[in-house]
Amino acid sequence: MSIAKPLPHDAARLHVTGQARYVDDIPPPRDALHLAFGLSEIAHGKITKLDLGKVRAAPGVVAVLTAADLPGANDVSPSAHDEPLLAEGTVHYVGQPLFLVIAQTHLAARKAARLATVTYDEHPAILTIDEAMAANSRFEDGPRVYEKGDSATAIKDAPNTIEGSMEIGGQEHFYLEGQAALALPLEGDDVLVHSSTQHPTEIQHKVAEALNVPMHAVRVEVRRMGGGFGGKESQGNALAVSCAVAARLTQRPCKMRYDRDDDMIITGKRHDFRITYRAGFDDDGLLRGVEFVHYARCGWAQDLSLPVADRAMLHADNAYHLPHARIESHRLKTNTQSATAFRGFGGPQGMVGIERVMDHIAHHLGYDPVEVRQRNFYTASQQISETTKPQTTPYGQAVDDFVLHEITETLLAQSDYAARRKAVAAWNAQNPVLKKGIAYTPVKFGISFTLTHLNQAGALVHVYQDGSIHLNHGGTEMGQGLFQKVAQVAAASFGVDVEAVKITATDTGKVPNTSATAASSGSDLNGMAVQAACDTIRERIAEHLAQTHQTDPRRVYFENGKVFVGDDEMTFAAAAQSAYQARVSLSTTGFYKTPDLAWDRLKGQGRPFFYFAYGAAVTEVVIDTLTGENRMLRADILHDAGTSLNPALDIGQVEGGFVQGAGWLTTEELIWDAKGRLRTHAPSTYKIPACSDRPDIFNVSLWSEGRNREDTIYRSKAVGEPPFMLGISGFMALSDAVAACGDAYPALDAPATPECVFNAVNRGRTS
Amino acid sequence: MSDIVFHLNGETVRIGDEPPTRTFLDWLRERRGLTGTKEGCNEGDCGACTVMVSDANGARALNACILFLPQLHGKAVRTVEGIAGPNGALHPVQDAMITHHGSQCGFCTPGFVVSMATAHRNGATDFDDQLAGNLCRCTGYAPIIRAAEAAADAPVPDWMADDLADLQGLDAPGVALPQTVEELADWYHANPDATLIGGATDVGLWVTKGLRDLEPIAFLGACRDLQNITVTDDDIQIGAGVTITDLGALIAAYHPDFAAMIRRYGSVQVRNAATIGGNIANGSPIGDGPPALIALGATLHLRMGKAQRAIPLEDFFIEYGQQDRQPGEFVEAVSLPRQPDNLKCYKLSKRFDQDISAVCGCFNVVITDGTVTAARIAFGGMAGTPKRAANVERALIGRAWTQDTINAAADEFANDYTPLSDMRASADYRMNAAKGMLHRYFAEHTGHQTRVQEVQA
Repeated sequence: MSIAKPLPHDAARLHVTGQARYVDDIPPPRDALHLAFGLSEIAHGKITKLDLGKVRAAPGVVAVLTAADLPGANDVSPSAHDEPLLAEGTVHYVGQPLFLVIAQTHLAARKAARLATVTYDEHPAILTIDEAMAANSRFEDGPRVYEKGDSATAIKDAPNTIEGSMEIGGQEHFYLEGQAALALPLEGDDVLVHSSTQHPTEIQHKVAEALNVPMHAVRVEVRRMGGGFGGKESQGNALAVSCAVAARLTQRPCKMRYDRDDDMIITGKRHDFRITYRAGFDDDGLLRGVEFVHYARCGWAQDLSLPVADRAMLHADNAYHLPHARIESHRLKTNTQSATAFRGFGGPQGMVGIERVMDHIAHHLGYDPVEVRQRNFYTASQQISETTKPQTTPYGQAVDDFVLHEITETLLAQSDYAARRKAVAAWNAQNPVLKKGIAYTPVKFGISFTLTHLNQAGALVHVYQDGSIHLNHGGTEMGQGLFQKVAQVAAASFGVDVEAVKITATDTGKVPNTSATAASSGSDLNGMAVQAACDTIRERIAEHLAQTHQTDPRRVYFENGKVFVGDDEMTFAAAAQSAYQARVSLSTTGFYKTPDLAWDRLKGQGRPFFYFAYGAAVTEVVIDTLTGENRMLRADILHDAGTSLNPALDIGQVEGGFVQGAGWLTTEELIWDAKGRLRTHAPSTYKIPACSDRPDIFNVSLWSEGRNREDTIYRSKAVGEPPFMLGISGFMALSDAVAACGDAYPALDAPATPECVFNAVNRGRTS
Repeated sequence: MSDIVFHLNGETVRIGDEPPTRTFLDWLRERRGLTGTKEGCNEGDCGACTVMVSDANGARALNACILFLPQLHGKAVRTVEGIAGPNGALHPVQDAMITHHGSQCGFCTPGFVVSMATAHRNGATDFDDQLAGNLCRCTGYAPIIRAAEAAADAPVPDWMADDLADLQGLDAPGVALPQTVEELADWYHANPDATLIGGATDVGLWVTKGLRDLEPIAFLGACRDLQNITVTDDDIQIGAGVTITDLGALIAAYHPDFAAMIRRYGSVQVRNAATIGGNIANGSPIGDGPPALIALGATLHLRMGKAQRAIPLEDFFIEYGQQDRQPGEFVEAVSLPRQPDNLKCYKLSKRFDQDISAVCGCFNVVITDGTVTAARIAFGGMAGTPKRAANVERALIGRAWTQDTINAAADEFANDYTPLSDMRASADYRMNAAKGMLHRYFAEHTGHQTRVQEVQA
């Protein structure tokens, strides 16, 4: 059977030979035009004059559009209709698109876009969390608060208390393929859009609004993205809409791709947070009560900030039972890029908050942080019985699948944690300049869209009369291996090799009303929808063959490329041919919706998640106390992918997620200047991990006992986002190394750049 | 006017109608429809556009996004489309990338494959260095390294051989591509406002990001006598056209720590293109070559027409954006005196590999019988130019080589430098890190482990 096999990515051969096609690789029709935005140079103000004379006169320019020239809605927001494609009088951040250049070439468009003369009436800009709080500049009318019990009393009555605050930087997605779209005008008002997007239906929706046509007039196709990570959930709207509008107006194919600097200046990033905390605990480090205040810098438009900030609150517990908790969340509106989805979707920030509290408690009491963490774990699922009820999260969901006790024990043994912790202390005693640190952190991540209606998926499957299979579903491929995993599901349903299944581009004309490929949900949702479709066709074939062979459909088996009917057998192709000739439909749709979800986001109560995904990591680092330079030496990871659909692809997600998560918390620093200009808008200044930044020793395994308690596709678990948060162990290891330099708690901010580590070392020494 | 002529995946290509600052990447993708080579950043920092360029000196990886067409004249180029063999036979690195799951989204993969195939052809197995210029956002690199290791022992496929015979003795194309220093000197003297392009790792961005028109232009790559290296008993003379790669290979025997820093200068692709002359002439306050060379007491050789002059390298840098160079005058060579090796180079950046220095400190201190007898200390990133720490040097020379001396000397940094705050580091941190580097030099001297890269779990 094709399930659980470590097969390569379906496009691997195309990738390594350069044949895999991305949007910008589609051979453009002969008369295609190219687009570029002219951008705001100030963070906040009114445009008093927009002189586009030089732009229009520049070589190769065909047309220049402003908001007034748009044929339909001027809005590319995925949520609140607060994000004009082109600015309407007021600008809200440096980099906001003001006008659209349509030119003969990409280079001509880029050159012309810089020639505008714009005069502004500049207003004061709100750039920082402090400025936004002072101005009460926010989304929603006030902070959201989720509460459980009476945290204030619990903290007051606790024998020990700590409090603190930490800054957590944002993160640029740095998908290697920048944002791109291509629109082809079709007959009438119809348009075909190729977009590098995680959300084809959203592109279809926004293009239809912009062209003032029904959604049926717009078809969106996505074969693959060169990375997404959440950055192509809503950020592709502007390009696709621009291309469609320009194609409508010029009746020519229009293509747009951002130059990397423009991409980084225009598009949203991970939300940066400040988290303040107070915690009360007993002498063993067991939490009595905890309070968090989250300050999320959301940027100028709402985008997906509300569910992002919600998810941060929903992960304020991570793996720990919080008997009394209060989480207050401020969603702050600032004159910066509109922060957006990014792998983990707020969860990582929330999780860093409670991991910081655990680390701080352990330091306060002088315990190994692992002990404090284990003591505060939720009750193990194995312990749950008639008499031992599951504990509940701060939002009231019972945690009945908790497996971190077992994963942690195994990981600590495999990684030789206890001995290495001693060795680190001994090494530090011998080394005055360099210091090592080691840390363990767990992950418990909630799986499902918190906007419940998004938890649905559709599929379309055809079996052709030669037995080949055409597979389509609403999920998009951005490198995560979704298409391969789902093809393995389809192949398993028909008992054929995966080569018999043709994976096809995501297409709004084949499967409608899809959700974004996001929230780690791709395989869970689309795998089930595809399986439903395949099962339907298989049952039709089985019924047909049972009739022709005078037997029971239950005695028809599909295995090894063959179909067994009673005592007879035939190839799957022969079975398909037979069914076709008997006028049996070999095409159908499949549909799936996640069961048992109920969530009230305003009250903060319910069961937002179908299940939890788990994992844990132990990471060792070294720091230089003279400069703060630091490096990961070793990481050991044990991750729960349930019964993995494809262990090779899942391990790829874990390795890649860990490095990306560690990058977020170490080298990846976004800097805005006092004028609100992003100063780190290229890989020369924004540093994602390079090859040598991965740990020297990097041991990654999937938990062999993993099996989803819920009825997911082959009992697998979602694996896209959860491993990202394993990178927190690297950050906590840095905190451990800094703690070896003095008595004070390191109180490290993120990202822990060399400068940040250096400052923490010196705070520890001088206090 | 002759064409630009080169081999592209084994086929001879002639180009006569492209502007001289047309990038090879744009030409490949837009003119030839060869879209396997990707644009990731358009500034030479991500490696998605890596191509293999061969000439008489062998094969090297270069970034096609900041490679202008005239630079390819007379060379053989392979893109990802030219890595697999006839009839679809995969190159060993391609095969290994599939087997070891080295691609996820696949967008960086062509660049990795070309870098890996180039390293494989050259027998290089220091994969972290070979691939430092290729960014991947999906895999965390581990499976790519496994693939590179797995393919290392496979023989180089015979289809990778590039026959350069028909590229010998070509006419110069219709752009300024001087063949000798003499020719260059005359041409530049006659065109003093022209832009000289060595490896284009900096000037390339003037075009791809600054969107500037640069003409007139001369490309220096064909001046073989600008690439001379002469080592005598007294000094080492390095032609301005020597690439950073070749400089690293040369200097390893004399000043291994300079070579170790060069390993972190840009990436393989950047070092293969960038020249030491360009690194000096662009006057950057954060270039890594000048601080080391100044600490070694280097002399700069300038030329205008027939007139040549030599100045201490440190005197070349007058202030930010201003160098001691007349219009029509160019950097011909840099030379350093032979000396016992006391040089340590400390490059501080957010990321170890392929990052621009926040601070680069180079220390050349001579200790005789426990006393400092000479000291040359130079920094990048601490001022508007690469600059010596003259006060720190004075506070060391003649003193006992002790912690007390170091502590006192460290305070003198405040009299040498007033660094700026920017996106790479704050002024305070720069100052403190400079002091830290002096302490590191001392600690290293006294036998302490001071470099995080040398530590293992």
